[in-house]
Amino acid sequence: MNKIIEAVNLSKNYGSFSAVNDISFYVKQGEIFGLLGPNGAGKTTTINMLIGMAKTSDGKIIYKGGDVTGNIKKAQRLIGVVADESNLYDEMTGYDNLCFCGSLYGLPAKVRAKRATELLDIFQLSEAAQKKFKAYSRGMKRKLTIAAALIHQPEILFMDEPTTGIDVASVRQIRNLIKKLNADGTTIFLTTHYIEEAERLCDRVAFISKGGIINIDTVAGLVEAARDANVVEVLFEAERVNKKNLEERLKNKFPHVECLLKDGNTVKILSQEQIDIAPIVGSLADEGMTILEARLIKPSLEDAFVKMTGIEIDMMKKEKEKR
Amino acid sequence: MKSFIAFWNILVKDMKNYYLKPPNISWGIIFPFAWMLMMFIKSGTVFDIASVFPGIVAMSILFGTTSMLSVTITFERKARSFERLLLAPISLEMLVLSKIIGAILFGIFNSIVPIFISIFFFGAGVMNWPVLAAGIILLSVVSTLSGLFIAVTAKEVFEAQTYSNFYRFPMIFLCGLFVPVSQLPVFVQPLSYMVPVTYGVDVLRYSISESNTLSILLSLPVLLGFCVLLFYTSIFNIKRKWIV
Ligand SMILES: Nc1ncnc2c1ncn2[C@@H]1O[C@H](COP(=O)(O)OP(=O)(O)OP(=O)(O)O)[C@@H](O)[C@H]1O
Ligand SMILES: [Mg+2]
Repeated sequence: MNKIIEAVNLSKNYGSFSAVNDISFYVKQGEIFGLLGPNGAGKTTTINMLIGMAKTSDGKIIYKGGDVTGNIKKAQRLIGVVADESNLYDEMTGYDNLCFCGSLYGLPAKVRAKRATELLDIFQLSEAAQKKFKAYSRGMKRKLTIAAALIHQPEILFMDEPTTGIDVASVRQIRNLIKKLNADGTTIFLTTHYIEEAERLCDRVAFISKGGIINIDTVAGLVEAARDANVVEVLFEAERVNKKNLEERLKNKFPHVECLLKDGNTVKILSQEQIDIAPIVGSLADEGMTILEARLIKPSLEDAFVKMTGIEIDMMKKEKEKR
Repeated sequence: MKSFIAFWNILVKDMKNYYLKPPNISWGIIFPFAWMLMMFIKSGTVFDIASVFPGIVAMSILFGTTSMLSVTITFERKARSFERLLLAPISLEMLVLSKIIGAILFGIFNSIVPIFISIFFFGAGVMNWPVLAAGIILLSVVSTLSGLFIAVTAKEVFEAQTYSNFYRFPMIFLCGLFVPVSQLPVFVQPLSYMVPVTYGVDVLRYSISESNTLSILLSLPVLLGFCVLLFYTSIFNIKRKWIV
C-alpha cells in the first residue's frame, strides 16, 4: 500500500485552546479519504496544517515518504486546494480566473488556456466563461473553485466541505465529478459534515470530534464495528394471523435467535450469528401467513457515527446550511 | 521559469485589476495637481518652483503607493483569494516582489505628472537626472514597502486606510517638506531621521537644485537600507501572522 500523505501525532493549539489534539492517520494513493465531523471539530484546521496554511503545534506531516513539516512549499505542486469558501477573484471572468490560477503553477499561456477551456466544459460552465465571478450563482462559484484547484492536474485534491450550502443539482454534479476524478487517479481528501456524503463517496472515513479522531476505517468496516447484532425483518400481511404467542412459538422452534413482533405486521429477528432466514420464513408461511418481504437490516454509517461519537444527528445539520 | 510565469501574471493581474483602473489613473494625475495648487496658493505671488518641486514629487509617490498596496492586499486577504497566492509553489520573496512591483510602478507614474508640469509650465530645471531617477525609484520602493508593512498589520480594509494615514500625515511634517528638518523642534528631529521619506526628499532636492542638507552618498544607501529592512521584516511578519 502506498501512503501518499501521513499525519503523525498532529496537534494545533490556538493559545491554550486545543483545536486539534494528537491525531494520526494516513491517506492511501488513489483513495477518497473523508474527515467527517460536526462544526468546530477541527476539520478545517487539519486541512490547513496539511496544506501549509496553518503551522503545526506538534507532530509530523509526510508527503510521499518525505517529511515536509514546516516546509509544505515542497509539496505544493502536488496538491490542489478547494477552500471551505469560494475564493476566486470577483472582478475577473470565470475563464480568466482559471487561467490566472494556472499561471500560479507556472503553466505556459497555451497550456492554461487549453486546460481552462476543458475544465469549463467538464463543469458545464462554458456558457458562463466570460461572465465575472461575482455574477455566478453559489453552485457555479463552487464548481469554478473546484475547477481552479484542478488546473495544474494535482495528484492530491483537498476539498473542505465541497458541497455545503449549494443547490441539489450542483451537489449531485460535484459528487459525480469527485468520483470521476478519483477514478482517473486523483487522490482525494475531503471534509464533510454530511454523513451520507461520506458514506457515498469515501473509501475510508475518519470520525473527528473536538479535535480528536475517534475512529478510522472503510465505510463497511465502521459499520461492521458498530453492529451489535444481525437483524432480519419479515413483513407479513396482518390479517388472518394468529399473533398470540407468536414470539414464544418461534422461540421454541429457533432457540438461537431472538424474535420480536413489531407494529403487528413485522417479525424482527436478531442474532449474534449469521441468520438463516429460509426456515424461519418457511415456518411463518406454515402458520398461514402471507409473507410480503424479508430483508436484512444493515446498520448505516449514521448508526455507526452516532454510536461511536455520541453526537446527535441534529448536531451535524445546524449552522452550515445558511451560507 | 515556472516562478517567473507566476510572478509575471500576478503583476499583470494587479495592473489590470487595480492600478490601470480609470479612478486610480486619474488620481495619479489630479493629486499632484492639487498639491501644486496648494503650494502655489500658499506661496502667494512668488512661486519658487524649485523649492516645492521635490515635495510635490515625494508626496505624490507616498500617497500613491502606501494606501494602494495596503488596501489591495488587505482586500484580497478578506476575500481570501490571497490564500491562492500563498498556496502557489513560488517562494514568499517572489510573491512579495510580484505584489509590490505594481505599486512601485504606480508610484513612479505618479511622480511623472508633477515633473512634467514643473518643467513645462513653470520652467523648473533638473540638475541631475540620474539622481532624480534614483530618488524617485527608491522613494517608490520604500513607500510601497511601508504599505506592505501596514498591510501585514491591518485586518480590515478600513484599518489599512487608517494606518496608511497615520503613517503618512506625520511624515509630511517630519520629512522636512514644509519646514526644514533643522528648524523642527530639537526633540522631533531624531524622529525625522527615522523616516525614510526625509532621505528621499533630500535626494530629490539635490537632483533638482542641489539644496540638499545631507550628502546623497548617505541618503541613497540609507534609503536602500530601509528598503531591504522593510522587505525582510514584512516577509518575516507574513510568515508569522498570515500562516498562523
Ligand atoms: N484562528 C483561530 N484562532 C482561534 N481558534 C480557532 C482558529 N481557527 C479555528 N479555531 C477553533 O478551532 C476549532 C476547530 O475549528 P475548525 O475550523 O477546524 O473546525 P471545523 O471542523 O472545520 O468546523 P466547521 O464545520 O464549522 O467548518 C473551533 O473551535 C474553532 O473555533
Ligand atoms: Mg471547517
